[in-house]
Amino acid sequence: MFEIFGIPSQALFSMLLLGAINGAFYAMMSLGLALIFGMLNIINFTHGAQYMMGAFAAWMLLNYVGVSYWVALVLAPIIVAFSGLALERLFLRHLYHLDHLYGFLLTFGVSLLIEGAFRQKFGVSGQPFQIPESLSGGINLGFMFLPNYRLWVISASLGVCLAIWYVIERTRLGSYLRAGTENPVLVQAFGINIRRMISLTYMLGVGLAAFAGVLAAPIYQVSSIMGANIIPIIFAVVVIGGMGSIMGSIVTGFALGLIEAITKLLYPEASAVVIFVVMVAILLIRPQGLFGMRS
Amino acid sequence: MSRYAALALLIAGALAAPLFLYPVLLMKVLCFAIFACAFNLLFGYGGLLSFGHSAFLGSAAYITGHVVKIWGFTPELGLLTGTAAAAALGLAFAVLATRRQGIYFAMITFGLAQMVYFAALQLPFTGGEDGLQTVPRRALFGLIDLSSNVSMYYFVLIVFLFVLGAIWRIVHSPFGQVLRAIRDNEQRAISLGYRVNQYKILLFVLSAAFAGLAGGLKCLVVGIATLTDVYWHASGEIVLMTMLGGVGTMLGPVVGAALVVGIQNYFAELGAWVNMVQGAIFVVVVMVFRRGIVGELAPLLQGRIGKGRQRSDRITPLPTAAAGSDPGLAHRADQHCPHPCSSEQAG
Repeated sequence: MFEIFGIPSQALFSMLLLGAINGAFYAMMSLGLALIFGMLNIINFTHGAQYMMGAFAAWMLLNYVGVSYWVALVLAPIIVAFSGLALERLFLRHLYHLDHLYGFLLTFGVSLLIEGAFRQKFGVSGQPFQIPESLSGGINLGFMFLPNYRLWVISASLGVCLAIWYVIERTRLGSYLRAGTENPVLVQAFGINIRRMISLTYMLGVGLAAFAGVLAAPIYQVSSIMGANIIPIIFAVVVIGGMGSIMGSIVTGFALGLIEAITKLLYPEASAVVIFVVMVAILLIRPQGLFGMRS
Repeated sequence: MSRYAALALLIAGALAAPLFLYPVLLMKVLCFAIFACAFNLLFGYGGLLSFGHSAFLGSAAYITGHVVKIWGFTPELGLLTGTAAAAALGLAFAVLATRRQGIYFAMITFGLAQMVYFAALQLPFTGGEDGLQTVPRRALFGLIDLSSNVSMYYFVLIVFLFVLGAIWRIVHSPFGQVLRAIRDNEQRAISLGYRVNQYKILLFVLSAAFAGLAGGLKCLVVGIATLTDVYWHASGEIVLMTMLGGVGTMLGPVVGAALVVGIQNYFAELGAWVNMVQGAIFVVVVMVFRRGIVGELAPLLQGRIGKGRQRSDRITPLPTAAAGSDPGLAHRADQHCPHPCSSEQAG
């Protein structure tokens, strides 16, 4: 046991670890938002509700169906992604030709509806979510105790983020996607089904939010307000990073999680607002966002 | 003529309303109507979607409540203080948010409002989770006692009519015309030499001030200021009221506020159902009803009266994504909204 800046190393490192975990959630969520915005021209306000739905879907699969954690981890994002497909087909599709604001407002209404329904059914208190047997326990690193589950969350989210980066930047499907973001009409003229690409993108973004929700479930408990709590932060992350690049979203997400953790150690009262303070600073210095392009 | 007759009828109805309906409910409707009109001034006539208007409602409610309760200010001074504070806060928001456009503008105001929420949660004078309670109404100018609900109602009504008149004046002033030009085609307004950002900032400050006035008034009416007023759900509610009634119409926000407050009152017992109903209305309005109730009805009524003449304050739809600035799907021809600048020139 030793101290750094008067803070016990144990506290410092576990706080940084929690920061990295939050950063992982911010990264996955803002990445999904950026993907959706690029392709659909819509800021998906439902993102928070879909994160919450991911956690609840996993919780229900575990408690009502009785599948294992690993099955739930795969199934829950898929289920939520298909609910996203329904949302896209039924509503969002009819708004693409309108101003961005309509999509924002529609998804806001949908999130009120979903969060209201879950609150009606489950209240606002959290449902406990067990860490799976295989991930319980931890490793003693000497300077800190590293719970296995937290290590898993960080590596899983990093892996998923990098996989998405790879798919979009390095594969043929990804090149269609990027082309579709640039000019959908032209891409369609080349015989690519742009509507299907749009649906797939939305499902991917939504699935990513749900995946973050499942990972978050054992750490923050499963509650109907978990999405409403995270969504303002995610928007600030998106403003800070700009929605221009995938790597940018990932880096910004992790960095802000760490900044939040450090603030929590040094000046706890400000930890809730530090991300918004960073947002204000970025707006003053570089209004287009760290990785954004000036339009 | 019929417009004035209708207006006279409305005012007569408003004067007689406390005989039939519970005055506190009516006052709540009027406060939210002021709030929605303030928001509509910004969104409907300036094309700027603020998703952080709860910050002005809530902070003005706290400040009005504080100065009236603790410092013993009279209600009109309390309202002025709250309004001024909201305007100052609005200036800070506007300077930051106008650095980006479109959807980013909404997200920035959302983030800033969340800061105000956390400030309200932690500052000592707001009372944290409990809120600021038992704010007295005191006497207007130190003379007219407002403690009875009926006298308070007439005071709120006067303030409401004043705000409505002021907004009508702003919209129909040269300043309002420039705003419309900016909303419909920002690039063109810039090329004509207007300092677009200054106009936007001034409009935002005006809207924030009216929103603050609504917040202060609401605090005096119900005697409390709580975190609910600063939470982002209030920002969403105001968008709903305005959209439901009709964006960019004079009376739309009033109709929307009455309906939404009515729904809240009706479903109050049912908890989270209120949110679900509001969410459902939101979806319906955005999907099929984008001009809102007043926006849909006004042309019909005008047609029946047979005046044919286009009124200049007719509903103008939201600006569509400016063609050319965005290479996305917004490129496609817009079927719903006729391009606003072509329809406006006719009148």
